Amino acid sequence: MAWRLRLAPEKTNIDFFRLQWITFGLSAVMMVASIVLIATMGFNFGIDFKGGTTIRTESTAPVDVAAYRDALDGLGLGDVTITEVFDPTFRADQHVAQVRIAAQEGVEAVTPETIATVENALKAIDPAITFPSVESVGPKVSGELVRTAFLSVAGACFGIGLYIWMRFEWQYSLGTVVALIHDVLVTAGVFSLFQLKFDLTIVAALLTILGYSVNDTVVVFDRLRENLLKFKTMPLRDVMNLSVNETLGRTLVTSGTTLLALIPLLIFGGDVIRGFIFAMTFGVFIGTYSSVYVAKNIVLWIGLPRGEQAKKVSSNKFADIDA
Amino acid sequence: MIFIPLWQRLLVALATVAAILLALPNMFYGRVEVANDARASIAQGLTSPELEADAGLWPSWLPSGLINLGLDLRGGAHLLAEVQVSDVYASRMDSLWPVIRDALAADRDTVGFVTREDGPPSELHVRISKPEGAARALEIVRGLARPVASLSGGGSSDIEVRAQNDLLIVNLSEAERAATDDRTVQQALEIVRRRIDEVGTREPTILRQGADRILVQVPGVGSAQEVKDIIGTTAQLTFQPVVQRTSNKDADPGAGNILVPSVDEPGVYYILDRAAVVTGEDLTDAQPTFDQNGRPAVSFRFDPQGARAFGEYTGAHIGEPFAIVLDNEVISAPVIQSAIPGGSGIITGQFTPEESTDLAVLLRAGALPAELTFLEERTIGPELGADSIQAGKNAAYAAAVMVVLFMIASYGVFGAIACVALAINIVMIFASLSLLGATLTLPGIAGIVLTMGQAVDANVLIYERMREELRRGASPVKAVQEGFDKAFSAILDANVTTFIIAAIMFFVGTGTVRGFAVTLAMGVVTTMITGVYVSRVLIALWFARTRPKTIVV
Repeated sequence: MAWRLRLAPEKTNIDFFRLQWITFGLSAVMMVASIVLIATMGFNFGIDFKGGTTIRTESTAPVDVAAYRDALDGLGLGDVTITEVFDPTFRADQHVAQVRIAAQEGVEAVTPETIATVENALKAIDPAITFPSVESVGPKVSGELVRTAFLSVAGACFGIGLYIWMRFEWQYSLGTVVALIHDVLVTAGVFSLFQLKFDLTIVAALLTILGYSVNDTVVVFDRLRENLLKFKTMPLRDVMNLSVNETLGRTLVTSGTTLLALIPLLIFGGDVIRGFIFAMTFGVFIGTYSSVYVAKNIVLWIGLPRGEQAKKVSSNKFADIDA
Repeated sequence: MIFIPLWQRLLVALATVAAILLALPNMFYGRVEVANDARASIAQGLTSPELEADAGLWPSWLPSGLINLGLDLRGGAHLLAEVQVSDVYASRMDSLWPVIRDALAADRDTVGFVTREDGPPSELHVRISKPEGAARALEIVRGLARPVASLSGGGSSDIEVRAQNDLLIVNLSEAERAATDDRTVQQALEIVRRRIDEVGTREPTILRQGADRILVQVPGVGSAQEVKDIIGTTAQLTFQPVVQRTSNKDADPGAGNILVPSVDEPGVYYILDRAAVVTGEDLTDAQPTFDQNGRPAVSFRFDPQGARAFGEYTGAHIGEPFAIVLDNEVISAPVIQSAIPGGSGIITGQFTPEESTDLAVLLRAGALPAELTFLEERTIGPELGADSIQAGKNAAYAAAVMVVLFMIASYGVFGAIACVALAINIVMIFASLSLLGATLTLPGIAGIVLTMGQAVDANVLIYERMREELRRGASPVKAVQEGFDKAFSAILDANVTTFIIAAIMFFVGTGTVRGFAVTLAMGVVTTMITGVYVSRVLIALWFARTRPKTIVV
């Protein structure tokens, strides 16, 4: 027998429902906490969603945030944020900062004069400074982007729900969608909690998380459907446990390879996409968790009619859950 | 033996070779780009030894399609402009006024004298001196309405008229506005495209977005401002009779006239006749030049119609000044010395050479039908893009090494086969992106790296199934076949759902998010091919070669 790396033993027999009230409770608490966080702290929206201008500066001289601030405060631009950016991929003499100017009152996009004044003010302190990127988004577009972002996430959940309904039963579809909402909400909650920059790419990451999470869920459901036909009399809860145990090896290996691909990106991918990659990495964890602990619990809760036994089972399905 | 029909084996081999050939140019990006540019120039009739040499850098019998690099990787300018479609309503009303005036004048006995009153720009207010003739006046003006020239607006007329005592209020109907808006945006798009083409930047993206927006992406430009200078100017050129010159900015221009500031003389205003003698639309050509004093100027030539109108006007008004107006500012107001019959002339003003070049470009390309306002502008420097590509590459290599090691450690020979399938998968993604001329963005690179992690999922599903079958005591061949068959439904579902997500991202997303959606979707398709078919053929080949009695997955 050749040696093989195994993330899970060949045959597991874990009762994934033993702690279901704790895990389910944890999920519920995390979702509620996320909603509360988002409602109270909100997001650290990037200019995509809030409007305004970001200017990325780069220089061979170290960034002196205080000096930058002094230079810009006198310009009367309103809310200006200056953050130094650190990244392991930077060269030793590469010093990067991000200057963010809030959207100006009543202007659709930041006027070129404003950008020129900022650039000149910064050049006065540090002649070596360059501006690798300047981006402005007007409040009109940013308002729409918030709406489309929300709609696209909702649309994706709906589209997936519809597909799962077609391929499986409505109970599976509902379980999947609840799991998806769980994943998106908790990821968004983390971004709110740590006030990480939330921009359009994060929405793309959220959508990818949806894709990843549904992927995992579908694999479990696919096995569940197969096992339900094979073990017609076994209680639903046991069939579910069996299915999750049987697919556990695959779940862990796929999460493993995906993480192995994401972690180098997180480290070496540069600061421009770090938020995006972070959201995806977090999503792999939460997506794996939710397919094991959220989606099928919902299905178990609703119950499934089972073939010719459908009538009988539906009359005592609650007994199954309590068993 | 695992039986796979010959055609399937051939198809897999063919697809792999084709993918390698299609992806190959991207390995030599700079070289192929130079060769492609040179060939494009030669195709346009230009030729020189350097161009020929450049074109020879890449063999012409090889595919030469490249993946477009997005702005975040290549650097350049991104602008989102909104066309102020309602600008056009006002000019429609202006041109409607003489028509209505003349029509009503024919029935002066019933409606009395007509005068134009000030109103909102999108409405025409006409007062008639006999209120009792309002009904007749309404009838006349309604008679001027024409059916809307659009598919959706069939049956409705272009103007709406209502009367308030002796005041007639004319405005464009809902259907006509929609049709006009559509035309305006189309025209603006065309003009923007022509202007950018005139300047000669490479591979610009100019797209209509939504009802009234235009997205412009120009790679390799130093700042969005440069692009804005070219596309943001309306460049509405008119030649208008001067009524009076004044220094009072609040002067009352009087009916039918407008007050326009001078560009070069601060505090000087001109009162001009609203009706232009000729406009920029009558121009056939404009070139930067110098006047007799050696100052930058722009020479122009009218089409026959414009030349006649200009000749007749100048002949009849010798000794009077007329104004050359650009975007509601007087550039210059020379006095007509003699009739100008030839239909050509020069515009002088206080131009820099760059300004005269730009103005000539703008006049040649034509005026925008309405003003553009910019809602979004982004400039990304080329160095930042190069850094991002490097970072993406490093991460991709590291990810590839990790995934390969992990797969081999987990599944031995089969893991290695999965990695070969993965390599073919990545090549196919690049091939399909080149074939579609799709745009690769930084999140797109992340999408490819993510695909590396997820692509092996199909193999993992199959291998885990094979393990189960082997545990149940199935023969190696049986285990392989069952593994592929039983895992297929899960693989299909997993990929279809990802594809749904990618499609949604593509349709609602913009820019970089779209780039990500494209690579994700391509990744799904190629993963289905390589995960299911390519790895099956590879396993069959391995079986044929080693003929194993037992296998360990």
